[in-house]
Amino acid sequence: MKKYSGFSLFKHSLSHHENWQKTWRSPRPKQSYDVIIVGGGGHGLATAYYLAKEHGITNVAVLEKGYLGGGNTARNTTIVRSNYLWDEASKLYDHALDLWYGLSQDLNYNVMFSSRGVMNLGHNLQDMRDIERRVNANRLNGIDAAVLTTKEVKDIVPIINDSQDIRYPILGASWQKTGGVARHDAVAWGFARGADQLGVDLIQQCEVTDIVVEQGAVTGVQTNQGFIGAKKVACVTAGNSGVMAAMAGIRLPLESHPLQALVSEPIKPIIDTVVMSNAVHAYVSQSDKGDLVIGAGIDSYNGYGQRGSLHVVEHTLSAICELFPMFSRVRMNRAWGGIVDTCPDACPIISKTHVDGLYFNCGWGTGGFKATPGSGHVFAHTVAHDDPHPLAKPFNIDRFNTGHLIDEHGAAGVAH
Amino acid sequence: MLHIYCPYCEELREEEEFSYSGEAHIARPTDPEALTDAEWGDYVFFRKNPRGLHHEMWNHAAGCRRYFNATRDTQSYEIHETYKMGEKPSVTSQGAAQ
Repeated sequence: MKKYSGFSLFKHSLSHHENWQKTWRSPRPKQSYDVIIVGGGGHGLATAYYLAKEHGITNVAVLEKGYLGGGNTARNTTIVRSNYLWDEASKLYDHALDLWYGLSQDLNYNVMFSSRGVMNLGHNLQDMRDIERRVNANRLNGIDAAVLTTKEVKDIVPIINDSQDIRYPILGASWQKTGGVARHDAVAWGFARGADQLGVDLIQQCEVTDIVVEQGAVTGVQTNQGFIGAKKVACVTAGNSGVMAAMAGIRLPLESHPLQALVSEPIKPIIDTVVMSNAVHAYVSQSDKGDLVIGAGIDSYNGYGQRGSLHVVEHTLSAICELFPMFSRVRMNRAWGGIVDTCPDACPIISKTHVDGLYFNCGWGTGGFKATPGSGHVFAHTVAHDDPHPLAKPFNIDRFNTGHLIDEHGAAGVAH
Repeated sequence: MLHIYCPYCEELREEEEFSYSGEAHIARPTDPEALTDAEWGDYVFFRKNPRGLHHEMWNHAAGCRRYFNATRDTQSYEIHETYKMGEKPSVTSQGAAQ
């Protein structure tokens, strides 16, 4: 595999960019692997990459029923931040943020990580109390965080409506300057290319139909391309995790919901940071292409349909228009939904199971994208050593029976 | 936007009038003190979350404010039936309509 560089760009320009090598192979599945990763989204591909790179396990296949990075990886609003309240969660997300900073160099693939800052608005006294508390907790955990006044918010985002006469006036915000956005597809493609380079087989259009368990240990998976043996099976299947778990006779405390997002027509640069608001369920940033990327709240009902109800989008857009009156005449280009696997405590499950050799990385709910490199990193360790990474330990599935929940609901700037 | 038939109001109304309350037919343990932590955790946190037919509770919050149940397909979002509390679903995954 050739390295991408300025020189290679120049060289290929001489042949009209027609001779670029394939980014990854498309191999036929082997009869068996040391590790099978089910799900070729960002988290699954990151897991494969770190398994190969950090743990030397290269006899690995990633099975993807559609195409790589075509699920929630392609459907999120690309926000990266780590300002979570509780120690366990903030350490995990901050570990991911550390990896984001070196990721493009590490992968030799430009993931377009842009640390443009993330702002969480407060609209009432209780919001501001929660923000103060969270910012202080963040600082104690070494995460850069600050409380902004209304004026400071206005200085950073001049187009925001700072009137105190609106239904949800801006009283202030929390601010994580090291947060930002990254190009979601590039993250999946970069990890895919990196994993492929290290010998991992990426197998697309390969749907797992059953997980084969014999005498309490996993022996492989049935797929639409036949049986593939494996010593270890790691499921990273987001919204469909419950369906996967049922194949192995396991229950997960997850509920799958549609989560919608939308983008506007491209406009000139107008907002150079990320603005989020929990209270009104809206967040917005602007992509390099110029479209406003807007995320809504989740639809309340369970659903696997990758679409939601229009009134949820309407609710979000009315909030956006109040915060940014000048956006009221911007036309929306596309809207879509993803299936998010929400956990009762709004924290992920990164865990072994009672089936030997079967692992789950799921429950990221509405905020998994930001954790992609960290999630893959700690999950690869968990799978490789059959022992949870120290950062992943609190995210064991047993916490729902022992009561050691990590209650990030509403506490973490989680908008849902 | 779902259109939901409230079995009490006997009218088809828009989803915005309703609020969702999750999986239906979860019986509260009669003797919670006797449960192990694992059993209690299962009762509180673990749900079926099927891809397909789902029996679920809705509340007609902006209408009669009563709870009722619905059988809905979580993939197509089609609502096969709604029925009053205490009644049994007539569409189930064992004997599904289609």
